Amino acid sequence: MSTDVIEVTDVEKKFVNGKESLHVLDQVSYRVKKGEIVTLLGKSGCGKSTLLNMVAGFEKADGGTVILDGHEVKRPSRKCIMLFQQINLLPWRTVLKNVELGLEGEKIPGVEKNKRIMDALKLVGLENYLHQFPHELSGGMQQRVAIARALAMQPDVILMDEPFAALDTFNRYFLQDELLRIQEKLKTTILMVTHDIDEAVYLSDRILIMSSHPGRIFKDMPIKLAKPRDRAGEDFHQYRKRILEEFELSGNHQEPEYII
Amino acid sequence: MNFLIGMVILVIIWQLVKWVGGYPEALLPSPLSVGKAIIALIVEGTLFEHLQVSLGRFLAGYFLAVIPAILLGMILGRLPKVWQVFDPIVQVLRPVSPVAWSPFIVLWFGIGNMPAIVIIFIAAFFPVLLTTVAGVKKIDRSYLKIAENLEIRNLKLMVTFIFPAAFPSIVSGLRLAVGTGWIFLVAGEMVGAQSGLGFLIVDSRNTLNLDYVLAGIIFIGVSGFLLDRLIGLFEGWVGKHWGMTART
Repeated sequence: MSTDVIEVTDVEKKFVNGKESLHVLDQVSYRVKKGEIVTLLGKSGCGKSTLLNMVAGFEKADGGTVILDGHEVKRPSRKCIMLFQQINLLPWRTVLKNVELGLEGEKIPGVEKNKRIMDALKLVGLENYLHQFPHELSGGMQQRVAIARALAMQPDVILMDEPFAALDTFNRYFLQDELLRIQEKLKTTILMVTHDIDEAVYLSDRILIMSSHPGRIFKDMPIKLAKPRDRAGEDFHQYRKRILEEFELSGNHQEPEYII
Repeated sequence: MNFLIGMVILVIIWQLVKWVGGYPEALLPSPLSVGKAIIALIVEGTLFEHLQVSLGRFLAGYFLAVIPAILLGMILGRLPKVWQVFDPIVQVLRPVSPVAWSPFIVLWFGIGNMPAIVIIFIAAFFPVLLTTVAGVKKIDRSYLKIAENLEIRNLKLMVTFIFPAAFPSIVSGLRLAVGTGWIFLVAGEMVGAQSGLGFLIVDSRNTLNLDYVLAGIIFIGVSGFLLDRLIGLFEGWVGKHWGMTART
C-alpha cells in the first residue's frame, strides 16, 4: 500500500478551438503523499488550474490517468474538496448552514454531525459567527468558512485554487498561518495552485514548478525549511532566488505581460 | 405620505379638467359624486362582496399559474436543449392577450368564476415561467461546481441550490405576474361573470352610473397598488431571511 494519495501519470490536455489547438498539458506526472502540502507554481496560462481541476474531477484528461486514493477520478467527489478563489459559499445560507451543507446527506448521527461542524468552526476561529450571512463577513472570514466546511467533511485531499489571491496582504498572511496551524494539527493533504512564489515557499513541503506552452512540470523542489518559516530569512530568499532561476531556465522567454 | 400627495394632485387635476372643459356628469363624473359612490359602496357592503370575489379569483388563477410555472421553469432552465424547443412555442403564445382566448374559454370552461381564473392564469403563467428559466440559466457556474463537489444532485440540488440561486429572478417574475394578472382580472370578469370588481364596472355602465364605474376603477387601482406593496414586503422579508437582497 503506497502512501501516495494523488497519482497523476502522463496526463495530456489539448484545447481545440476551431482549427487551432492549444497544447495545455504535455505528459505531466506527479505524486502527492498523505499529509503533504504540495504547490503547483507557474505563470498564468501554464495549465496549473487545469491540472487541479482534473484531480477534482471537473475536467477530463485527454490522455493519462489521475488516481485519487487508489481509484481513478471520473467525476467530482466528496473525497476531494476544492476551494475556489472567489465563490465558495451560498450567500443565502448562514455560516453554520454553509458548513452544515457539507455534511447534509451523510449518514452520521446528529450529535456527531454537530460536533464535527462546531469543531471545524472552532478550528478556523469562527464559532461566534454562526448566524451571520457571508456578505456580513470579510473576504478572509468567508474563506475560513469554506475551509471549515472542507475540514468538517474530512476529505482525503483539499484542493485550493489560489484561495487567498483575492485577499489583501495582511489577511493573506494571517490565513496562510491559520492554514499551516490547522494542517499541522489534522495532517490534511493539500494540493494548491498559485502564482505567488512567496506563498508557495511559505506553505509547501514541495513545489512543482511548471513551464508553459505546453504545460510541463519542470522541477520538483522540496522545501526543507522547518515551519513556521521566516518570510524575511536568508534561507527563504535562497529558495525564492532558486525558483526564479528555474523559471529563467524553463526556456520560456515570453514577452512580459502587462496588466493595467 | 408621498402616496397621499400624489392622490391629492390627481384629484385636483381631475377637478380642474372638469371645470375648464365644462364636461357634464354623464361624460365625466366629478370627484365629489365619485366620492359619494365610493362611500355608498363601502357602507352598503357591496364593495367588499365584489372585492372578496375578485381577490378569490385572482388568488386562484395566480397560484394555479405561478406554482407550475416555477416548477416547469426550474426543470426547463436545467435542460437547455429542451428549452430551445419550448422557447419558440412560449414566444408565440406570450404576446397573445389572454382576453383573445375568451371565446374558447367560455366554450371550454363556461361562465361564472372560471373565465376570470383562466384569464388570470394565462396572464400570470408566462412572466413567471420566463423569468424562472432565465434565472436558472444564469446561475453562477461556481455554485454548480460546489454542488458537484459535494455530490448534491437531482431534487436536493433543485431545493438547496437552483431554487434559492434563481430566486431573485423568480421574485421579479412573481411581481410582474401580480401586475399583469390584476390588469386582466377586469377583462376576465367582463366575460360572463355576475360578481366581482370587473362585473361592478360593466353593470354600472349598463345602468349608466358612470360615478360607480369610476369608483370601481379606483378600487381596482388601489387594490392593485396594495397587492404590489404586499409582494414587495414579501420580497424584502425573503431577502432578510435568506441573506440576500433581491433586486427591486
